[in-house]
Amino acid sequence: MSILVNNDTKLIVQGFTGSQGTFHSKQCIEYGTDIVGGVTPGRGGETHLDRPVFNTCEEAVRETGANATMIYVPAPFAADAILEAADAGIKTIICITEHIPVLDMLRVRAALDDSDSVLIGPNCPGVITPGECKIGIMPAHIHQKGKIGIVSRSGTLTYEAVFQTTHNGLGQSTCVGIGGDPIHGLDFDEVLEMFENDPQTEGVVMVGEIGGTAEEAAAEYIKHNMKKPVVAYIAGVTAPPGKRMGHAGAIISGGKGTADDKFAALEAAGVATVRSTAEIGTKMQEVLG
Amino acid sequence: MNVHEYQAKEIFARFNVPAGEGKVARSADDAVSVARELGGERWVVKAQVHAGGRGKAGGVKICDSVDDVKKVASEMIGSTLTTHQSGGVALPINAVYVEKPADIKTELYLSVLVDRATRRVTFIASPEGGMDIEEVAEATPEKITQMAIHPAAGFQAYQGRQLGFFLGLDKKQVGEFVKVMKGLYDMFMQTDASLVEINPLVTTGDGGLVALDGKLNFDDNALFRHKEFAEMRDISQENEREAQAAEHDLNYIQLEGNIGCMVNGAGLAMGTMDLVKLHGGEPANFLDVGGGATTERVTEAFKLITAGEGVKAILVNIFGGIVRCDLIAEGIITAAKDVGISVPVVVRLEGTNAEEGRKLLDESEYDLIAAQDLTDAAKKVVAEARG
Repeated sequence: MSILVNNDTKLIVQGFTGSQGTFHSKQCIEYGTDIVGGVTPGRGGETHLDRPVFNTCEEAVRETGANATMIYVPAPFAADAILEAADAGIKTIICITEHIPVLDMLRVRAALDDSDSVLIGPNCPGVITPGECKIGIMPAHIHQKGKIGIVSRSGTLTYEAVFQTTHNGLGQSTCVGIGGDPIHGLDFDEVLEMFENDPQTEGVVMVGEIGGTAEEAAAEYIKHNMKKPVVAYIAGVTAPPGKRMGHAGAIISGGKGTADDKFAALEAAGVATVRSTAEIGTKMQEVLG
Repeated sequence: MNVHEYQAKEIFARFNVPAGEGKVARSADDAVSVARELGGERWVVKAQVHAGGRGKAGGVKICDSVDDVKKVASEMIGSTLTTHQSGGVALPINAVYVEKPADIKTELYLSVLVDRATRRVTFIASPEGGMDIEEVAEATPEKITQMAIHPAAGFQAYQGRQLGFFLGLDKKQVGEFVKVMKGLYDMFMQTDASLVEINPLVTTGDGGLVALDGKLNFDDNALFRHKEFAEMRDISQENEREAQAAEHDLNYIQLEGNIGCMVNGAGLAMGTMDLVKLHGGEPANFLDVGGGATTERVTEAFKLITAGEGVKAILVNIFGGIVRCDLIAEGIITAAKDVGISVPVVVRLEGTNAEEGRKLLDESEYDLIAAQDLTDAAKKVVAEARG
């Protein structure tokens, strides 16, 4: 088992023929991900990376039976692409695109609430189930099939957690980048619930950062529902208030969303926290015994 | 992106949000003609800077004569203003706003923002206008209320009435208030705003409402569809190096410490700063060079970091990912040479060909110190900074 993506995932790529789409699709195919086609409006009927290109998601789903999509469409058109995928009945929508306007995401989330689709991202590295399916921009070679679920708001910090848990032999069940935007798809608590219910996952690494209250909501979930051990790290203890730290969502505003508050909430929920990114792997090993 | 009060009020007017009568002036003579044009016997002259708390800092003055307007404007323009909200920075005053004083009866607070937890555009209102809203929230949370707007239904009049009566307005004023909220909501959605704050929104002697101040922030990610607002940007109000970084698509934020940081990825960049602090050092900046970490970007990043006085050592932390570490190492060596780095640089490289990368760094003629891992890197750079 694993969560969200596996050997049965049939993936299409929106923004398939663009430079980013092409580069990362190639890497996913090399990893063994079953990419069944792609969508680029106006280029339907062509073949790209030995896969068919379609004009619309609706057509792509009808022709290939795709159940997941990976989106590289540029920010001005990304909201449209997410909604097109949902309307075509694609269950798992993974949006890599960065810099989507907040109000676009606000409308997208409201619309998705009425659909069966699950959104991961935007502004995220994607999702990988090692040994089965890689959807996104993460470097494949650092991963190893194993028992740790990883969920993170940051790309490179996910890689750190992956690298460390590969290095000490624990490996990963699935790694989910939920993205650094203020309004996004799946949140920590929802992914934690999936890991809690996944037999392959024995422990979870959660990597949060300053801004918002998603980590506090996760702490509530963990406190009341989670039996598996969780190791958490929060980035941004040294971040000054009122400054956006790279990610659109990483900002302390009105004194709210500090790393200290999040550490406190998680610790109160019984989570094993680490103050150094370098100690995620060893802490996980320690709590698993 | 932040704009000045005079720009915010121009946009308020387009959405029928009353903002009083006034105009921007860029010189003392300009200010005099604006005062004459507005008429009356009293005027308020307000420094145009990107920070709140101007009143307490002496950036808002009431003038009883045209001569006084001239004197105040000439003192303000060309000088700087430091407020408790400007983060210790003295912001240059390049213009003033001259307006007719309002006949103030009560002062209210009203703002609009995107609430992340509920994923709704949300109004925040309080009868305690003119004060720091964070202080009100702390001392008297019952005096603040929120109203979320459903994205499909949009703003509804009942929501305005509910907030209006909460604020203690009378029947006629509530009618006006509904119009103000409708205007603000339309403005927020149509301009891709990220924050609108009116503090204070005042009730006047004749029963009207006026936005006495106006703060307006736009979503940077949406500026591509608002060229007009993008042009309102005033770089003089921003940190020089942060603005320079933005031109090269680098995320840079200046801090107080003496250890420069260059990292790929925003999360790891924050994590690296925290690690420096954890090992007893003080980060001089946040800097995300992006995934590629190309020679060009690394060069620009070195320039930014070394432009800061007092940087004693630099920590480069790159998680290779898809790019090979030996290529990144070559880029760092080239950049160090081009920029002429004179402080020790500790480099932590991880990913494909990390060993080859470290070897290249150690063998280079520059003061580049390859670290074995993250903790080693943090310890080494803190030691180097101490000399």
